Amino acid sequence: MNEFLSYTVIGIFTGAAYAIAASGLVLTYSTTRVFNIAHGAIGMFFTFVYWDFSQRQGLPAWLSLVLVLGICAPLTGVLLQRFVTRGLGTAPVGVSLVVTVALLVAMIGIATQIWKPEARAIPEFFPDKRFDVWGIVITPQHIITLVLSLLVAGGLYVLLARTRVGTAMRASVDNAELLGLYGGRAEVVSALAWAVGTSLAALGGILLAPQIGMDFYLLTLIVISAYAAAMLGKLTSLPMTYVGAMALGLASSYVVGYLDKFPGAENLTGLPPVVPTIFLFAILVLLPQAPLRIGQVKGLVSAPVPSPTKTGVWGIGLIGFVVLLVSGMADSTLLNVGTAIAYGILMLSLVLLTGYGGFVSLAQFAFAGVGAVIYSQVEQPNLFGLAVAIIGTGLVGAIVAIPVLRLTGLYLALATLAFGQLMDKLIFTSAWAFEFNNPLKAERLSVLGYKFESLTSTVIMMAVFFVLVAFVIIAIRRGRLGRILIAMRDSQAACGTLGLDMRWFRVGVFAGSASIAGLAGALLISMRMSITANDFLYFNSLLLLLMAGVWGLTSITGAALGGVFMMYLPVAQGENPDIAGLLFVLLAVGAIILGRNPNGLAYYLFQLPRWIQGSLFPALAEKYPGMALRAQEYGFGRRDDDDYDDGDHNDGDPGGDPGAGPLAEEVDTHAVAAR
Amino acid sequence: MPLLHVDDVVVQFGGVTAVNHANFEVEQGSITGLIGPNGAGKTTTFNVVTGLQTPTSGRVVFDDKDITRMPVHRRSRRGIGRTFQRLEAFGSLTVAENVRTAFDIHDGFAGLFRSVQNDVDDLLDLVGIANHADDRADSIPTGTARLLELARALACDPKLLLLDEPSSGLDESETEAFGELLQQLANEGRTILMVEHDMDLVMNVCDTIHVLDFGSVIADGTPAQVRANPVVQKAYLGYSDDGPAGDDTAVLPLVNEEVVL
Repeated sequence: MNEFLSYTVIGIFTGAAYAIAASGLVLTYSTTRVFNIAHGAIGMFFTFVYWDFSQRQGLPAWLSLVLVLGICAPLTGVLLQRFVTRGLGTAPVGVSLVVTVALLVAMIGIATQIWKPEARAIPEFFPDKRFDVWGIVITPQHIITLVLSLLVAGGLYVLLARTRVGTAMRASVDNAELLGLYGGRAEVVSALAWAVGTSLAALGGILLAPQIGMDFYLLTLIVISAYAAAMLGKLTSLPMTYVGAMALGLASSYVVGYLDKFPGAENLTGLPPVVPTIFLFAILVLLPQAPLRIGQVKGLVSAPVPSPTKTGVWGIGLIGFVVLLVSGMADSTLLNVGTAIAYGILMLSLVLLTGYGGFVSLAQFAFAGVGAVIYSQVEQPNLFGLAVAIIGTGLVGAIVAIPVLRLTGLYLALATLAFGQLMDKLIFTSAWAFEFNNPLKAERLSVLGYKFESLTSTVIMMAVFFVLVAFVIIAIRRGRLGRILIAMRDSQAACGTLGLDMRWFRVGVFAGSASIAGLAGALLISMRMSITANDFLYFNSLLLLLMAGVWGLTSITGAALGGVFMMYLPVAQGENPDIAGLLFVLLAVGAIILGRNPNGLAYYLFQLPRWIQGSLFPALAEKYPGMALRAQEYGFGRRDDDDYDDGDHNDGDPGGDPGAGPLAEEVDTHAVAAR
Repeated sequence: MPLLHVDDVVVQFGGVTAVNHANFEVEQGSITGLIGPNGAGKTTTFNVVTGLQTPTSGRVVFDDKDITRMPVHRRSRRGIGRTFQRLEAFGSLTVAENVRTAFDIHDGFAGLFRSVQNDVDDLLDLVGIANHADDRADSIPTGTARLLELARALACDPKLLLLDEPSSGLDESETEAFGELLQQLANEGRTILMVEHDMDLVMNVCDTIHVLDFGSVIADGTPAQVRANPVVQKAYLGYSDDGPAGDDTAVLPLVNEEVVL
């Protein structure tokens, strides 16, 4: 009984710390409609700042706390709102997720850059004092946490219910534009919300750090606990968030306390850290159907789809290029090329899901891991074995998507984040998968009796798979399915009133995207023949999304380039360990800048030939009058390129921007090739 | 026989009652107008009928079936189509593709085996926007986009068509043509319920009119009856002393600042 009480008390104190972190998340989300995935990462960062002040520089704890919570954190919050997240609330959910994921990665990058990995600890407050209440040990840290959480609750209540600015905050939830018309300064309100939210993230991190440890990634994952707690109040109700946080704190505490009492517990050593995730899925399943969003998202200009002929020419060209590239290449470089191709296929899975469908997945690497695990279980893998891996991963994807079937895209993305963490901690560490980072072994693939024994032939085979997947995706984009996907991205309300059951459609698209990721994972393991769970860390999925955001989510070119740079990032970090963190920051800043245009850098690449024509040709034509004629002869400078088959039979160029002319994927190079 | 029956529907947003015990019926094959000042709850009523808004209480009966709890897409399958006041065209697609997508969705797997190109062209001709077929839907004028939404809704072959301010953005001659189109659709057996602020159009084409104010139906009847109804005049104009209002104005003033009800 005493034991039970002890765990209950610990649970309440943990819950109190979760409540502080979660209320910050609710405050920023409900005021600005931006779900801050970086909430935990921000808390992590300021926990390290606090450590720096109180431990490294030796300031008193109270002063460090005041400096962090009173000055550094709120100031950062205001700057973030001003320069990073402003206006994201009305943007498509995919855009706001890319930007906040970028913020998360940037925070980790900055933190690892400043504080090199080493053993650190934040001691509890007054570590020497212990109180004994009816045989239960209570520490000052517990009491301080509980008192602070009550103060936060009271403070937020007074702020929201009793002050003018609080009323404005609640009003800006409903209609920020209208608030402005009535003289409320919506920007000030948002800035305040981010200032307070950032401080609360910092406080949550600092209070939990003695328990969780000074770990960049574990502290970042506090966002999952905060999110799980906040879900009970549908991300908007503070009292329900506190209830959720307490329930979660208790659940975590009981799992830690009683897990070893159950038979078979030795297989579930990864369970305690994923309690928030399981809690989260349980709540997601119970939530009611979300209403369809009315209010149009403006149509997006996306990279036009190349014609079948052109796709074919390019596909064969790419395979030819890889064949030339890999001949006589050293094995270590070959492995990098193969990895880039596998990552390129992973990127293609995001093109389908995010680029066309507008949904975000933060677990593509976890799906790749599932594909790899399934593939490794197949004896003498052939195409059939590969198909098993693909379909199996698709089924797992469907299982992730079904609980959030009735909810909006934001919840789908957050469910994938939770899923990625679940796979990391629970499944990939279990005996039948990787077992604590033991390498997982698999054989090379054999296709129709031919076994790809050599690394070179395997890499070429992977390039063929990349091209095949790209063909499938372009075919989808050009057909009915692609049109429906884009229609769904543009207006869910209209799709619903036209009779589309978006719930199952979304599950199908998500499962399809997961299958592609599964294929990438299976190919990766078939190439390396041995792989560890570290290759599929959830954090990689976040990097993948950012890479895709930078290079472009709407084109095959963007996916290919993204794959190459995704492979190159850890290589570059390995070669330059001094700036490893800065490279994360660079990627994140790129994604923040480019993330608002899902076409990414690839789009500017497509525009380049047109820009060159526009600015260079007239000058040259002036100098060499013959040039102008030649240019016309070869189709340059014409708005309608005959070679360019614009999408389906009679309708125009799907998704193209008529105003900008045919920004055809590789249109210029194609014109050259046609000669 | 009524095709649609809105039965004592209440919709509350927090403390605001947008629809307050609304009751009305729409007869099979009729053109029915739903009019009222801004903020009277017309669009919310449409959202309740199409399933985009769950009512706080009350029932919606369509074609003798209670559809109050039915999801949006299943109502569409049963024959309810609509257009939106705030446009919901698929902006990234062309006008023709918008309509084609509607066929894609409506036909499901069966659509794999038939070409809809002619049907798309016919619908665009019918509503008179064939010249915009290859324009992106987010680049066309508002009036054209409303006609596009009508064409898109027609692709699903609805029994009941809900039109939310379909003529706003159309000029006078276009509105006239639009009125003829509505009558043609009604003659083909479709039932039309429309929210409309152009009183000439409403008075000319509607068989029945329901007047909403503050979320409740305050009057029903033929155009002539509604026009003569003092309660309606009060709701619209804030006075009720002299004769039929709005005879010489194409559009009644619709700002409800003077509403006394």
